[in-house]
Amino acid sequence: MKALPLTAGALPAVASTTARRLRAVRGLTIVIWWVLSLGCFAGIWEAAWALGWADPLLLPPPHIFLARFSDQAQAFASNDVIGEVSADSAYVALLTTIVASSLRVLAGLALGFTFSVGMGLLIRYFRPFGNLTLPTITLLAPISPIAWLPVAIFIFGIGNPPAIFMVFISLFFVMTLSTISQVDSVSRTFLNVGAIMGASRRQLFLHVIVPAILPSLFMTLRMNLFGAWMVVLVAEATGVGSGLGQIVMLARNTFNSSLSFFTMTLIGLVGFLFDVALRQVQNRVLFWVPPSAVGRL
Amino acid sequence: MLDTISAKAPLVVCRGVGKSWETKGGTVTALDGIDLLVDRREFVVFLGPSGCGKSTLLYLIAGLEAVTSGTITSGGLEVKVPGTDRGLIFQESSLFPWMSVGENVTFGLKLRGMKPEERRGIANELLRKVGLGDAADKRPDQLSGGMRQRAAMARALALRPEVLLLDEPFAALDVQTRSKMQDFLIEVWRDSGASMLFVTHHIDEAVGLADRVVVFTSRPGRIKSIVPVDLPRPRDPRSPEFHALSDHLTDLLRDEVDRAFAEQERVR
Repeated sequence: MKALPLTAGALPAVASTTARRLRAVRGLTIVIWWVLSLGCFAGIWEAAWALGWADPLLLPPPHIFLARFSDQAQAFASNDVIGEVSADSAYVALLTTIVASSLRVLAGLALGFTFSVGMGLLIRYFRPFGNLTLPTITLLAPISPIAWLPVAIFIFGIGNPPAIFMVFISLFFVMTLSTISQVDSVSRTFLNVGAIMGASRRQLFLHVIVPAILPSLFMTLRMNLFGAWMVVLVAEATGVGSGLGQIVMLARNTFNSSLSFFTMTLIGLVGFLFDVALRQVQNRVLFWVPPSAVGRL
Repeated sequence: MLDTISAKAPLVVCRGVGKSWETKGGTVTALDGIDLLVDRREFVVFLGPSGCGKSTLLYLIAGLEAVTSGTITSGGLEVKVPGTDRGLIFQESSLFPWMSVGENVTFGLKLRGMKPEERRGIANELLRKVGLGDAADKRPDQLSGGMRQRAAMARALALRPEVLLLDEPFAALDVQTRSKMQDFLIEVWRDSGASMLFVTHHIDEAVGLADRVVVFTSRPGRIKSIVPVDLPRPRDPRSPEFHALSDHLTDLLRDEVDRAFAEQERVR
């Protein structure tokens, strides 16, 4: 590196290059640890297979269940098709399946978020309404979403609605209670500022409380994302008739462990991408929350 | 005739004001028997050891808390709830992080239904007055502590209050910024024509700012003494008169600080 003259003009340039280099180093470090982490996990598995400890029929290592990618994709094609499915249409089917499951999760998350935040706010806005509904909600909250599955099928039958309902239910009670506790813990100073500025109760909720609680509500939403994926898979496995959950069930019924692990890989990847996407949304919409508070890997 | 009477009548009147809380350990009396008149355009400083209830009195006047005995009136009307005739500046940064500085400053006007285009102009004007002419589009976390408190002042001034209540507003600032902000506050006070009620535990800050210093006893908070400060402004903190006054206040406070300290030690 050549020596830089220490003039006022040169300093910011040096600083920005250093900062860029630091960022690049940090990014590279993260990538290296990712590769190491996944490498160790897959390596141990592969070693177990090579040493003959893991039966390739029951626990096929990654190089086996990922190798015949196009064969695996065939399983995603509609069951009605008789005979050989072309590789192209198999990939389309794979993509369709992933998108179908993702859309169910998204719809459930959107509905669940909207209704639970609305419910939590109503409970705190109209005290009698809160007194009326809160005991029931508190009692329903601990019921596992899985227990709602029969109810979902009784009410909605087969198809998208029960799966979406399941995501909704898995989110609704948790997020309603979370909204209430967030409303209760809004900074006293912010409420005082609103009052001093002459805000009515409605204005206080709209302009102070809602923006103040949004960041932590979004955090709760992200934490419940994986739970939402879980219930969607269960719903799909039992009655929707399509989606990643159904493929898992298919793998189980046909004793196809390769397909099972292949689908698990897909589920993991899609779930991870969902979290990344939500974090991006959070950074854009909730611009005032410092990135350090958003949670990083 | 009526006008001259109301102009001469005190703006804020506290009569026998008391405030207490029920706790597990019994009744805690924060304030007891406070009688105080604050004139229009007067600068009054509340001085006392921490925990003496001086901030509580400010919150009572603001209408954020209710008195347990006595009455408070502002502009002739009894104080029961907050009103925009009384602005309040908090100790900590109280700007909403989800709004730009400009939006923060005109938040009160937004609540009154003023249109965004109109508010923009007013925000710029108010921010220019507090020396933050180009900060309207910045986020609060992009401002320094002193700048945030000036923005908070602009926000209070937007509603043209008759009295500005300041709860240790410069406590979190470094010494240099604090001194600048004091000079700045005097300008704001002259410019706005509002009365100022300023809470502090800094003796020099009290002498530097006040027309009258109200000295509080430690808990229960009572008025120990009201000391007029007749020094001409701008005040020189190195002048003998300034020193004499601050020595006098130090003496008045010493017993109270000792008492408050002893009490805190006992609790621990």
